[in-house]
Amino acid sequence: MTPSTAPDVISLRDITKAFPGVVANDHISLDIVSGQVHCLLGENGAGKSTLISILAGMQQPDAGTISINGVPAAITSPKAAVDYGIGVVHQHSTLVPAFTVLENLMLGETGLMMQKKRAAERLDELSELLGAQIDPHALAADLGLGQQQQVEIAKAIWKGSRLLVLDEPTSMLTPQAIENLSESVARVKAQGLAVVFITHKLREAYAMGDCVTVLRGGRNVGHISVEELATYSEQQAQDAILRAMFGDDLKTVGAEDAAELAGATESTREIRSIDLATRPVRLELLGVSSHGHGRDVEVDDVALQVHEGEILGVAGIDGHGQGALAEVVAGQRSASSGTVRFDGKDVTRLGVRGRQQLGLRYVTDDRLHEGTVGSMSVALNLVIKRIGQRPFWRFGQIQNKAVDQEAARLIAEYDIRTPSPATRAGTLSGGNIQKILLARELTHGARLVVVNKPTYGLDLKTVQLVREILIDFASNGGSVLLLSTDLDELVELSHRIEVISRGRIVGSVTNDGPGTAEKVGHYMTGAIEGVQA
Amino acid sequence: MSVLSAAFVTVFIATVIAQAMPLLLASVGETIGEQAGVLNLGIEGVMLIGAFSGFVVTLATGNFWLGMLAGAVGGVIANLAMLVLNVWLGLNQIVIGLAITLIGEGLTSVLYLQNYSKSSTSLGTAPELHIPFLADIPVVGPAIFQQSGIFWVSLLLAIAVGFFLAKTNWGLSIRSAGQKPSSLDAAGGSVVKIRSQAVILGGAFVGFGGAYLAELTTATFTPFITNGLGFIAIVITMLSRGRIVFVVITSFVYGLAVAIGPALQVLGFAVPADVIKMLPFIVVILTLIIFARSSVVPPALGAPYTRGAR
Repeated sequence: MTPSTAPDVISLRDITKAFPGVVANDHISLDIVSGQVHCLLGENGAGKSTLISILAGMQQPDAGTISINGVPAAITSPKAAVDYGIGVVHQHSTLVPAFTVLENLMLGETGLMMQKKRAAERLDELSELLGAQIDPHALAADLGLGQQQQVEIAKAIWKGSRLLVLDEPTSMLTPQAIENLSESVARVKAQGLAVVFITHKLREAYAMGDCVTVLRGGRNVGHISVEELATYSEQQAQDAILRAMFGDDLKTVGAEDAAELAGATESTREIRSIDLATRPVRLELLGVSSHGHGRDVEVDDVALQVHEGEILGVAGIDGHGQGALAEVVAGQRSASSGTVRFDGKDVTRLGVRGRQQLGLRYVTDDRLHEGTVGSMSVALNLVIKRIGQRPFWRFGQIQNKAVDQEAARLIAEYDIRTPSPATRAGTLSGGNIQKILLARELTHGARLVVVNKPTYGLDLKTVQLVREILIDFASNGGSVLLLSTDLDELVELSHRIEVISRGRIVGSVTNDGPGTAEKVGHYMTGAIEGVQA
Repeated sequence: MSVLSAAFVTVFIATVIAQAMPLLLASVGETIGEQAGVLNLGIEGVMLIGAFSGFVVTLATGNFWLGMLAGAVGGVIANLAMLVLNVWLGLNQIVIGLAITLIGEGLTSVLYLQNYSKSSTSLGTAPELHIPFLADIPVVGPAIFQQSGIFWVSLLLAIAVGFFLAKTNWGLSIRSAGQKPSSLDAAGGSVVKIRSQAVILGGAFVGFGGAYLAELTTATFTPFITNGLGFIAIVITMLSRGRIVFVVITSFVYGLAVAIGPALQVLGFAVPADVIKMLPFIVVILTLIIFARSSVVPPALGAPYTRGAR
């Protein structure tokens, strides 16, 4: 099907949007043409998400215009966006977990009665387009992540869209699911829709994009048109994009690291290999099952070993028991069965503080709430896990001098960018808050640290810093249990990778050269989508 | 009166119905709100205001239907506080709810004592609707098929709500507002609009239930007449997880618990009056202990919605 008329063009002109303290979009202009995949690249905080919120009608620009084929369009609400034919797949799922697939798809329809039959027919049509068969009566919560995403795409183009926006669609998918997604996108494009594809991974931009726009600090800093991209060699395109993405930082980060951080190249292991046989086992879990009271997935009969100086990665789709695993090791969640051994000692019955004093530390993924107390000073947050202990507390009284000295030392050592040690921790950026957590957990005899999604939502420079901190820690004989949903990160840092799914370890991969990510993805896919591995 | 005579059973069934219906209506009202994500702890006050409104209008006009309507209107007006303060302004639902309860209790007591404490306040009996043939069945006929038309309308309304929640796009929107309001927003719906509709409709049902209590169950109004019924409605709502069928069943279990005490006494069992008064609450507590583990409330219940906040 080729569109006989001139292609639709959605033009954004000088879109500007400011939030208190930050200009998220600064005069951004770009054209989105039907039948093309327009890749939007940029690191965290570059303004991609804000631009998408504006396109989706969730937010209004302070200045600038959007027009469709030259006619100004006022996208004042999500409903208006739907009416203009703009369908958005948000980075965070908008599916209602307790609804069936059909109910999710029908949400937002008008008319009195739910038209289940018609909806099922429409889903059939779209299934062909997406190349996925989805049980219309399954609960959204029971679908794998790849399938959920297919439902979201179906929802976005439910009413016959003009533009499909995909906001970081690959961030939680296995390599195999990414493959499926790119095939779906190609078919949607062939239908004559425009596609905006947001990513921070360069190689995905090559694979799927017809043209590329790079955002940095809220500005449009580089555009590679369809014609240019077609003539560029891969290397040329990569150089152009990297220059745009990093600007002056390119020199400080280094071209090779930048390329890897930007996901231009396949990730490779950065940490030196160690001979596990000669290293003593530092942490050992034997048949551990956890028992919580939330709606979290619990761990079920997990066995693993972390050696001295080893980084053990745990890969898995978000919410598959990583939280429970981290907490059961840290002592925040009790084990209902099994044994946790640390340095050969049974610590199963030991509480959080007892384990901490043995050198077992935990950096939570919820750095804003669980990890720090936002309304308290940076200095206090740095010693908060040692409440009541000398030299920071004496006879129940806080020793401000000792606290300030310690804070000053850690702030300098970990390069925490804070106006002063007395600044409220909640006012700092996510990267600096993460540095507070690492500084606090890695000092004073840390022997093993559990880190959950340590670089999630951070900007590239901090990502690199955090990874270096973890590598240094391991090189100096520390052990790391690294829980992450970012496969590239796991491949870069880990000696071995365990794969967790629905609370169970379903596979183990030694990280020794190319193909690791595919192997890990294979285990993840097999376990989750029910495919035989 | 001979034990288990026809007349005895008839009265027993009628009592169960009379006790169950106000609770059923209030629970349906609370269900609509909760499904949309609005936890109305002010339901006790809303019921009282509905009961008092219905009582005043029926006493003045002698018309029970007008009284029921007034009860529903009273309930809507009382719920407007929840609408403005919570849905529109995003204030804390628990604080507002408790305030509505206290205001409802105080307001109706004062107005009652000021105006009606010295006069006769009996409303008499509402006109009954004899359903042809069915009303002539022995025992069951007089108990069920000679009820006021209001009973049948109430039952139909409750079933209609169940149907609307499960089968219509509007019901789907209401449920999504309680499950994940951001999804409704992203799908082009309006969370504020849907929640407003739910609060208004819910208020009407709760007020209607209050009026049922005053007009048909007790045929009068006394201060604090609801006696915690509103809070029991909250429990029933949570246990029923949005399914009206369960609301109906649990309401009738409660009605049974209320009716069984006097029945036991009539039958000659020496049950202390205090135990009889406690019985419905003991049943509720036992139900909670046994079933509360599965009381899944909508995830967004009690959380005001602000776009973009995660």
